[in-house]
Order: sequence, then C-alpha cells, then structure tokens
Amino acid sequence: MTEILRVEHLKKSYDGFLAVNDVSFSVAKGELKALIGPNGAGKSTCFNMLMGQLKPTAGTVWLDGKKITGLRPREIWRRGVGRTFQITGTYPSMTVIENVQMALMSHHRKLYAIAPRAWRLYRDEAFEFLKTVEMEDQADRPCSVLAYGDLKRLELAIALCHRPRLLLMDEPTAGMASSARIALMQLVADIVRDQGVSVLFTEHDMDVVFAHSHHIMVLNRGELITEGSAEEVRNDARVQEVYLGGGTLFAEARNA
Amino acid sequence: MLNVNDIHSYYGKAHILGGLSFDVPRGEVVALLGRNGAGKSTTMKSVMQLVRPRQGSVSFQGQELIGKPAFRVAKAGLGYVPEDRRIFTDLTVLENLEVGRQPPRDGAPEWTMEQLFEIFPNLAERRTNRGKHLSGGEQQMLTIGRTLMGNPLLLLLDEPSEGIAPVIVEEMAETILKLKSEGLTVMISEQNLHFARAVADRAIIIEGGEKKFDGSFTELEAHPEIRDAYLSV
Amino acid sequence: MAFFFAQFLTGLANAAALFLVASGLSLIFGVTRIVNFAHGSFYMLGAFVGVTLMEVLPGAVGFWGAIILTGLAVGAIGAFVEMVVLRPIYRAPELFQLVATFGVILVIQDLALMIWGAEDRLGPRAPGLRGVWRIFGEPVPKYDIILIAITPFILFALWYLITRTRVGVLVRAATQDREMVGALGVNQAWLFTGVFALGSALAGWGGALQLPKGGADLLMDFNIIGAVFVVVVIGGMGSLPGAFIAAVLISVLSVFGVTYLPQSTLVLMFVVMAIVLIVRPYGLLGREEVAGEHGQAGAPETPIRPYGRVGKMLVAGLLALLATLPLFAEQFVLTLTVDMIVFALFAASLHFILGTGGLVSFGHAAFFGGGAYAAALLVFHTDTRMELAFLFAPFAAGLLALGIGWFCIRLTGVYFAMLTLAFSQLVWSLAFQWRDVTRGDDGLVNIWPADWLNSPSAYYYFTLALGVGGILFLRHVIHAPFGYALRAGRDSPRQAEATGIDVKRIQYAAFALAGAMAGLAGGIFVFSKGSVFPTELEIGASFDALIVVFLGGVKTLAGGVVGAGFMTLVEDWLTRLEYWRLLLGLLIIAVVIIAPEGIVGSLRSLCTQIRGSESEVSK
Repeated sequence: MTEILRVEHLKKSYDGFLAVNDVSFSVAKGELKALIGPNGAGKSTCFNMLMGQLKPTAGTVWLDGKKITGLRPREIWRRGVGRTFQITGTYPSMTVIENVQMALMSHHRKLYAIAPRAWRLYRDEAFEFLKTVEMEDQADRPCSVLAYGDLKRLELAIALCHRPRLLLMDEPTAGMASSARIALMQLVADIVRDQGVSVLFTEHDMDVVFAHSHHIMVLNRGELITEGSAEEVRNDARVQEVYLGGGTLFAEARNA
Repeated sequence: MLNVNDIHSYYGKAHILGGLSFDVPRGEVVALLGRNGAGKSTTMKSVMQLVRPRQGSVSFQGQELIGKPAFRVAKAGLGYVPEDRRIFTDLTVLENLEVGRQPPRDGAPEWTMEQLFEIFPNLAERRTNRGKHLSGGEQQMLTIGRTLMGNPLLLLLDEPSEGIAPVIVEEMAETILKLKSEGLTVMISEQNLHFARAVADRAIIIEGGEKKFDGSFTELEAHPEIRDAYLSV
Repeated sequence: MAFFFAQFLTGLANAAALFLVASGLSLIFGVTRIVNFAHGSFYMLGAFVGVTLMEVLPGAVGFWGAIILTGLAVGAIGAFVEMVVLRPIYRAPELFQLVATFGVILVIQDLALMIWGAEDRLGPRAPGLRGVWRIFGEPVPKYDIILIAITPFILFALWYLITRTRVGVLVRAATQDREMVGALGVNQAWLFTGVFALGSALAGWGGALQLPKGGADLLMDFNIIGAVFVVVVIGGMGSLPGAFIAAVLISVLSVFGVTYLPQSTLVLMFVVMAIVLIVRPYGLLGREEVAGEHGQAGAPETPIRPYGRVGKMLVAGLLALLATLPLFAEQFVLTLTVDMIVFALFAASLHFILGTGGLVSFGHAAFFGGGAYAAALLVFHTDTRMELAFLFAPFAAGLLALGIGWFCIRLTGVYFAMLTLAFSQLVWSLAFQWRDVTRGDDGLVNIWPADWLNSPSAYYYFTLALGVGGILFLRHVIHAPFGYALRAGRDSPRQAEATGIDVKRIQYAAFALAGAMAGLAGGIFVFSKGSVFPTELEIGASFDALIVVFLGGVKTLAGGVVGAGFMTLVEDWLTRLEYWRLLLGLLIIAVVIIAPEGIVGSLRSLCTQIRGSESEVSK
C-alpha cells in the first residue's frame, strides 16, 4: 500500500518535560489507524504537531512524500488534511449548515468575496455533507444549541468538506451514546472504504477501537510502546499494564 | 450531608442537567460516573454554584445553597477541586496553599501546610516553585492540597485521575482513601471505573444530565448492561 | 552635564505622580479586567480634594496630612463607584464596562465643575520645601527631590503588599482566575471593591502629590489618562515594576523632549509605546493576554439573518422618510440628520471591525479624522476639485488603516486596543503640531462642497446616498463570505485556521475596509461643516464611537447605527442644558446597567421573551 503520512522521530518538550519522545510511524492510503494511550500520554500533542498547531522540538512529518513540518494549520489543510478536535471548535454564531458552508467557501477560495450572499453559497453541497453525518434535519439550527454528540458529527462534516486525503480525528466519539459511537465510526469506516481516505484517530472507547481500526498504536508517556492489530495489542502485556488495566474488566465486558 | 434535589442547569440555552437528584451521606466516598459530556462537571459546578441551577435544591447540612455566591458555599464547608486543576501558575506552591487557607471548622479535619507536605512529599520539595513549573501530577496534588487548606467537610473532586500518569493515579487513590480515614466526606466524578471502584463506596451513573444508576459497586457488577450503556470502558 | 543631570531629576520627580496613578490603574485592570477610563477622574478628584484640604489644614502637618486624607477620600469614592456602577455589570461582555467608566468620567467632570467651579486652582507650595537645592550648580526644586525620595518607598510598599501579604497573594490569584478564588472561599466582591478603592486612592494620592508642581484644573482627567495608559501598557498590564520602569522612562524622555525636541512632546510617549509593543507585544514585563481565558461572558451571538418582511418594511419606511425630509423639514433638522448619518456611518464602520471582527479599536477616529483631513488638505493646499478630494478621503483613510493595521493586527485584546490608540494619537499630534501643513488647532477652514452640492438639500441628498449607501454596503459585506470569514476568525480562530482561513489577513483586510468607510464618513463630514479641526482625531472622538456601538449593542448588526442615532438626538437635546455631561453620564450608566446587551440587543431579547417559549417547547 502507498504511504500517505510518514512521521519520523517526532519530539516535543515543554520546559524540559518530554511530552512526545521520538515517535515514528506511518499511515497508508485507505488505512484506519488508531492511536491509543492513557490521558496525558501525548496523543493530542502528537495530533497538534501533525496539523501544525504545535511546532515539534525535533522530527519530520511527510505528507505524500512532501515535508509538512513547520507549515501552518491552514497550509496543511490546503494540502488535503482534515481534522476534528477533542474539544469541538465550531462557530457558535452561525447555523449548522453555515458552519459547513464556511469550510466550503474556504475550500473554493471565496473568502474575500464581498458580492454574494454567503448563506446562498454551496448550500446544496453543504446539505449533502450534513446528510452523510445525518444532521440534515438540524441544518438551520444555531450551532450554539447543539448537543455535544451532534457537534462532533458536525465537525466531521466540516472536516470532509475539502475531500481530504487524510483525516485526523481527536477522540471523535467522546460524549456520544454507545450506539451512536458505533454508528459514527461505521460512517467513518464507510468513508474510508468508499473514498480512499486515510484516517488517524485517538479514542478511549475500546469497542470502537477494536471494532474499526485496521491498526492500533499505543502511546505511553510520550513513547510508542507497541503497534499492531487489535488482537496483538489486546494481548500485549505492557499495554495491559499501562492502559488496559490488566485487561480483566475489558475481558469480562467482552465475554459477557 | 449533601442533598441534591431535582436540579436543572443550563449553559446558555443548552439544557445540561435535567432534574438530577442524589445524596451524599457523611463519611462516604461517592463516585459520580458517566462519560464525557454526561454532565458530571456541571453537577459539581452546580453544587458549588459556579453554575446556577435554574430550579431544584442543593442543601448542605440543612442549609440551602442555591443562589449563594461560590465563596459562601466554600465557607459552608464544601471544598471544590476543578477538573482542569486551575492552580495559580504564577504563584508558588506555598502561595497557592495560602489562597485556600480558611479558619478551622467544627467537625472537619484540620489541615496545616506541614501536614499536607507529609501527604504530598513531592510538593514539600517544591514549595517555592511556581505553579507553572510543576508536573501534571504535582499540579493535581497541589490543587487538592489547596482545597484541603480550607478545612472542608465535603470534598468535591472533579475527575482526579484525568490526565495524569497511571502511577500517580494509584497514589491519588491512596490519598483519597487516606482522606476518607481522616473523616472527610468525598464526592468524585470519574470516567475511570477502576479508579472509582478502588476508592468509592457507592456509584452514581449519569447520562445526558439524568441519573441512570445509584447503588453499590456490587450491584453495578450485577448489571453489566448498565455499565456498557453508560460508561465508556 | 550638570544641566543634563538636573533634567534627569526633573523627569524622575514627574514620574512619581505618574507611577502612582498608573500603578492604581494596573492593579484595577489586573484583578477586575476593567479598563478603567475613569481613572484620570480620580486623579483630578485627588487634586481638587487635596487643594481644598490644604486650604483648611495649616502647616507642614496639614500639607502632608491633607495628602494622606485625600487618598483615603478618593479611595472611598472609588469604592462607592465600584459598588454602584461596576458590580452590576461584571458579567457583561468583555470591555462593556469601559462604557460605564466613560459615563463615570462625564459625571465626575460635572460634579467637579459644580463643586469647585471652572477656575484653575494653583497648588500650595509644600511648607519648608519652597526653594531649590543646588546640585552640581544647577537649581533643583526641593519638592522634586522629596518626590524622588518618596517614590521608591511607595514602590516598595506596594511591592510588599502584593508579594508578601495574604491580601497580595489573593489579589495575584484573582488576577489569574477570580472564579477559582471565589470557589476557595474568598469573597471576591469585597476583594474587587478593595482593589478598586486602593487603585483609586493611589490615583488620588498622585493628584494630591503633584499639586505643588501643577495645581488642579478640569482638564486633568483627560490630560493624564493618555499618559497613564501608555505607562501601563509599556510596563505590561498588571505589572507594578513594569509600570514603575515605564513611568520613569516616559517622564524622563518627555523632559528631554521638551528641551531638545519641543515639537515632539505630544507624540513622544505614543511613539515609545508603539515601538515597545511592536518589539514586545505584551509590554516590558507583561504576560500574554488570552482572550476569553476564563470563559466568554454573555450568551453566544445568534446567527445573523437578513431582515424579514417587517424589518425590510421598517427600513424602507425609514428611508422613505429620510428621502422626503427636505420637503417639509426645517434646515436645522436637515443639518442634524446629516450629522446623524455621518456619525452612524462612522459607528457602523467601527462596529464592523469590533462586532463582526472581534477587534476592539480605541483609535478609530484616526480614520474618520484622517479622511476628513485628507480631503481638506487637498482642497486647502492644491485647490483640488471637491469631487476628487472627496474621493480621496476614504482612499487615504484606507491606506492609513493598511499602515496602522500592519502593526496592530498581530496583537490581541487590550494590547490591540492600546496600539490603535497610540497610532491615533500619533495622527492627532501630527494634525495638532505640524502647523505648516495642518495649521494646528486653527484647523482647515473654507472646505466647501462643489457648486452643485452647495445647497442644504443637495448636500443632504448627497449625504443620504453615500452615508446610507455606505452603511448598507457594510451590512452587505457582513452577509457576504468575507464577513462570514471574519466572524469565523472571531468565533474560533483555531477552527478557522484549521480550515484554511488566514485569520490575521482577513482581519487586516477588514481593518482597512473599516478604515476606508470611516474615512468616507469623514469626507462627508468635512464638506458639510466646511472645516476640520484636530478635535475630530482626539481620543474623545474614538470613544464617542465606541460608546455608541456598545450602547446600541455589539452583538447586533444594527447596533452601531441605532446607537449613533440615539446618541446624536440625546446629545442635541442634552447639550442645551448646563450640566449636560452629568445627565449624559448618568444616562450611559443607566443604559449599561439596565440593558447590558445594548439597546438593540436588549430589545431583541425582550421580543424573544415575549414571543414566549415556543422554541423551547419545540426542542
């Protein structure tokens, strides 16, 4: 498989504290890959470096063979990387569909246009994206009144707007009900299959992780401790120790 | 000791808590469980009056708290440790503790800085360091120590295991048990079921701002479907 | 060399009062996050109260006793103002309190006028310190030496209070996270009142201490407030040592400025501030301000909508009324309406950058006055045709905004506001001091419109077309992708950047557009009055626009326009009265307390409430 993202020796330190220490991995085209680990392991820091929100202390990030380290978030986005945040960052003063239209306006490079009325632009296209995340019935509600899980879906719709090659999702299902989590990740899996997008995501819900990811990486205290299939990771002693907590509870839950 | 009855809380127009009721009896450790966005932090803040419930009642030792400013709630004997720590990063460890200091209170364990340094030896070594130069675990210890300086009767701990290394999580569990043995009543909010089970006597599970379960961990064990539906383990 | 040293000592002595006032402002801002424009008024009160007390109390004990008492009295007044005016509005949107403090300035001005009269007061000399001491042969007033000696003690006392006492620890904690301080059992309401009282007392002491050097007059409040803000911003908002360094820097520099570069006096400190902010965006010893760090105050803005049928009919009706006005109205009504439209366009342009862009500019008058001056200068010096000169107004103002914006846009929050203020002062001092070109405060006169516009009704229609056209154009832009992108950058800069929007560049373009539209208003203005004076560029002119925008409602599109209409009418009516400032100030404070969302915003909330809970039910 062709490689879409390649990360080499990524490192980030704050005031002498190593948040991310020498992390290297790659994501293939059409791959759905999970990055898991305890809170504070450096997952969000990793994501912020991939997307340009943070500058790495050392290391290189390649997208499709081109170096993107040090580029700004908007430049990385223009190169076809979409992202959703752990804490959603939508525009509360706009309606749901306007949030999507805003991203489309940016994608179609209409940001400096002063003639057209913005809410008429790309409305149909935006509506289609809302349909993919099943938010079409809420299109004209103010974004500020949405439930948390709906905001997450809206963010996904926004991230899909410029038909990205790679999607970075930071805890995409946090705050959603169990069934909705599975449904959302199924949706993401379908998008991966149909559009050949690659997805890298972090997640705490092991059902979601084990059910949908092709590959799983485990981060602990800033270091990658293992990488492999769901089965391999589940049975890895170190992962059980630092993250899965001896595995007893998960085993019970799964057997039950 | 604490009775929460049918509270409704909002953020702007978003209805976060829809009629939540529960009790925290004296001397118990109660865990409030639920996933991200279930309303755990809002519950804690609603008790502290940092979020004003629009209806319902929060009474502490028979005293109604709703409508009081947060400092009065604290003076009544509630100690609040926020989820995001909110230590004063420009202040030293000693100064952070000083902000929390309140006169001793009847019926509550009394804390001095030296006693706290015994429980949190890491902090003792760093007493003149500024908050921003502490590690995540040390900051978590400091935020608890700061609240204990107010000699509370009831400690509200919002997600104490969030964002700290697993080893520290274990220390944290020991600390909470030690506080309990000192006679402190504790309410924690948690996502981590292991942690909650290790420290708490009772579990309250909320989802969408409503209570879904209230009982012992043994009862919870007997109903794995509840756990699967509402907790993200 | 000796002269040089003596000059340096004079500068140090001048720094004493400046530092006192600035440290008070810095404390108040640090804890309450209120940009207290009324701080200069407390300084003025200090001077007047001090003079009065010194007249009553005799001798050296009386002199120094009067100074101490003055601080206590002004502190008590400050506490009163905090409790009555500011307490009800701490939860209002950021910087809204600013408007209330502006109301306080007006009230105190008129009260001082009532009590002490319009005459300037000479400050009494300090008993026993009347003469000079010779230092290296140069005479230095004894009182100056005493001031220089006192200042370090004041700095030390404040430093001790802030760093070594429990109160100081609480104050510093509250500076960072006041909600958390409250949750730990500290009554923040009293902490705030206490800090406000202490800050006011420091201003009062500053006013009293400078009496032997300067006296007391009714312009002191405005004269010092600019310098005080410069000092606080250069030092870093909230930093006492920073304020001290900056006070010394500014005072010493201006003493030398007066001697060696007299034409620089008005602008020097603003140049220094601009340089400092460009090199260190948060002042010498300040730390980064994160906007909305502790949660955005107030409810989120509702999505914008074009007017519905009722709204459109209202606007059409209003336009029809305006269009037929010359048929029946008297000339003074036309003149008033022209003023109103000019002000409305000016306010709408500020509202565009402030409301939609989230950038609070304290110096928007630079573009209004800049446009007016640009047109007037062309006419005055080159006899350019009016039509051409008029077009030059928005063009020049837009260019000016591009220049100023290049420096300012990289800053945020209060620092952005202060840097725009600095640049507008720069423009003002150019107009004021470059007499060869601008004729200084004589202004540029005889700037009349072309013949075809030279009748009241012709110019009225001209104003109507361009002014209302400009407002509608801005409104259109807000609804266009550009306006949306600007709003996106305000709502969530992180998300905007992560979806390809260059937030700073959008803001830069919007700043230039707002400048050009303010310049258009200035162009209409100058030809309607036939003249322009430096007053149009003053801080006061910028604040008038700010007040109007906040009063109308920041979070509503019509806010600026409605506020401007309201203010023009109220001022026209009030200024006929003797103590109109008092009434206007009280009115402003009342609106701020009763309608914290502004006039339009509060009306809208009222409508939503009346329409009832249908939306709640449908959820």
